[in-house]
Amino acid sequence: MSSGQGRVDVEVESKRAEEPTPGQAHPNTCPGCGSHYRDDELEQTLRVCPQCGHHFRVRARDRIDQLADAGSFSEEDIELRSADPLAFFDLRPYTERLAEAEIDTGLGDAIVCGSAQIEEGDCQLAVMDFAFMGGSMGSVVGEKFVRACERASTAGTPLVSVSASGGARMQEGILALMQLPKTICAIDELHESGGAMISVLTHPTTGGVLASFASLGDVVVAEPGALMSFAGPRVVAQTTREKLPDDFGLAESNYRYGHLDGIVPRGELRPTLGRLLRLFAR
Amino acid sequence: MANEDELRLRERLSKLGAMKLLRGTKLSGELARLQDQLDHLQADPSAEEIWQSVELARHADRPYTLDYVERIFEDFFELHGDRGRADDLALVTGLGKLGGGRTVVLVGHQKGRDLKERTKRNFGMAYPEGYRKAMRAMALAERHGFPLVTFVDTPGAYPGVAAEQHGQGGAIARSQAAMVRLRVPTVACVIGEGGSGGAVAIALADRVLMQENAIYSVISPEGCAAILWRDAGEARKAAAAFKPDAAHCLELGVIDGIVAEPEGGAHADADAAAQLLEQGILAAFEEIDSMDPSDRRRERRAKYRVMGVLASV
Repeated sequence: MSSGQGRVDVEVESKRAEEPTPGQAHPNTCPGCGSHYRDDELEQTLRVCPQCGHHFRVRARDRIDQLADAGSFSEEDIELRSADPLAFFDLRPYTERLAEAEIDTGLGDAIVCGSAQIEEGDCQLAVMDFAFMGGSMGSVVGEKFVRACERASTAGTPLVSVSASGGARMQEGILALMQLPKTICAIDELHESGGAMISVLTHPTTGGVLASFASLGDVVVAEPGALMSFAGPRVVAQTTREKLPDDFGLAESNYRYGHLDGIVPRGELRPTLGRLLRLFAR
Repeated sequence: MANEDELRLRERLSKLGAMKLLRGTKLSGELARLQDQLDHLQADPSAEEIWQSVELARHADRPYTLDYVERIFEDFFELHGDRGRADDLALVTGLGKLGGGRTVVLVGHQKGRDLKERTKRNFGMAYPEGYRKAMRAMALAERHGFPLVTFVDTPGAYPGVAAEQHGQGGAIARSQAAMVRLRVPTVACVIGEGGSGGAVAIALADRVLMQENAIYSVISPEGCAAILWRDAGEARKAAAAFKPDAAHCLELGVIDGIVAEPEGGAHADADAAAQLLEQGILAAFEEIDSMDPSDRRRERRAKYRVMGVLASV
C-alpha cells in the first residue's frame, strides 16, 4: 500500500514493479489537476490536494486518526469475519476474495467500529473502508454497524458513521440485501432510546449503503466531490441513455436538491463533528 | 458432507411442514398437490430450477398487483400521489376490505401488460415519488389502525438522473424506516421480482412471504453477471450462484413463508393464485394480529437483528 518511501518523481515511480495499468492513474496523482504527491505530503494535508482541493480516499484507520482525539479510539468486534453462506463462486471463490482483501488491507472486513472521543465528546465511531472489497456491505458490516448502534444506546452517546461503499455485497446474495433493513431497525432502536446519529458520506457512498443507514442520520453531511447516488453513473447512462449532468450524483448536486445538511471539507470535519457532539450531548 | 446436506433438507422440510400457509388451504384437491410441492422442495433447487423461477417470476402473463387487488380486496379505492410532486404509477396504494371484513392499506409495485401500459408504469420501477406515496399510505394506515399489506414486484428502483436528483437512496431508506416504526400489523409478499433496494423498500414487515415462483435478490442476475463475470449473458450462472428462489430465501431465514402457486405457475390460473395468496396473507395476519403494538414493533426489529451469517477468528 504505502510503498512510496523515498520516491523522487513520477518518472521513477513509473519504472517501479507495481506499475499502474494503462489508463489508470497512480493513486497519488490528483485526478482533479494532475499534481503528484509523495505519501507524506498527502498525509500532511489529510489527503486533500493542496492545488485544487480534490479529496483523495482515506483508509478507515487513517480516518479514525484524523477524527478521534489521540489515543481515545478503542476498537470493538475485531474478531468478526464474513462467512460464505452461499458457497459463492463467480470467477473466483468468495472465500479467496475475502482472504485477499484481508491481506491487502489488514482489516477483518469493510468497517471499523469502536468508541472514541472527538474534541472530548464521547461517541461511537463506525468507519467504512473502500479498499476492502469496494466497501461492500455484507453480514459483517451490518452486524458491526448494529452493535455500534447498540453500544451508543447503552452508553447514551451519539453514533458517528463515516461511509464509503459501492453498495451491498453481491457474494452474500439476499443476506446482503437484508443488511439494509437490519441496520435501519438498529437506528430505529437508537432513536427510540433518545440516541443521535451523525452520518458523514465520503466518496463513494452508493447503492445499499446510501439506501439504508447512511441516509438516516439526524444530521447528514458529505465531503466535497463525494459521489452519493443509489445507482452509479454508468448504470444510469446505460439504462436510460440520458446525458448525465457533470455533477451527477455528487455531494454538490445532492446539497442543491436538499438531501444534505452540509458539505464539509476534510480539514473542517473534526471541528464540525466536535460541535455536533456538543449539540447532541445529553 | 452428504449427511450435512440431508440434515439441512430435513430441517427445512419440517419448517415447511409446520407452516400454516401450506397446511391451511381449503381448496379441494389442494392438499395432495401441496404435498407434491413439499416433496419437490425437499430437493435442493438445481441451477435449472432456480432459472425457471427467474423466468416464471418475470413471465409476461404473471398476475400483477392490481390483478390480485381485484380478486382479493372488496371496495378497493386507489390513493394517488405523494402530496408533494407527482403520482408515480409504478407503485399503487389504496384502501380495501380484506377477508370479507376489515379495511387494510395496500402498497404494491405495478408492472404493465402491454407496451403502452409498461411505459406508463415504468416497468414497475418506482421513482422516489413512488416511495413517498407509499410512506403517505403507511402514515394513513398508522393513523387509523389499518393493517398494511404490500406486494413486491419490481426489477428495482428506477436508475435515472431525475430519480437521483429527487433522492432515490434516501427515499428507499426512509420507506423502510417508516415500516419499522409502524404499530399496525404488516405483511409483505413478493409476488414476482423482488429486485434489490427498490423491493426491500416496501418489504420490511412482521411477516414476509414469497410466492413459490417469485425471486428476491440483491441484484438482478444480469447485473450480477455483468459485474462479476463481466458478461451479462452469464445471468444463469449468476442466478445459480446467488440463489434468489423462494426455497433458498426461506432456508436463509430471510422470509417467513412460501405461498403456493397453481400448477404451472401463477399465470396459469390467476383466480387460484389469488385465492392461495389471500389465504397466505390471512394466515400471516392471524399470527400477528393479537400482539401488543409495541411488542410487535420490537419483535419485527428482533427478526431482522439476527439476519446474516457470521464467522469469527
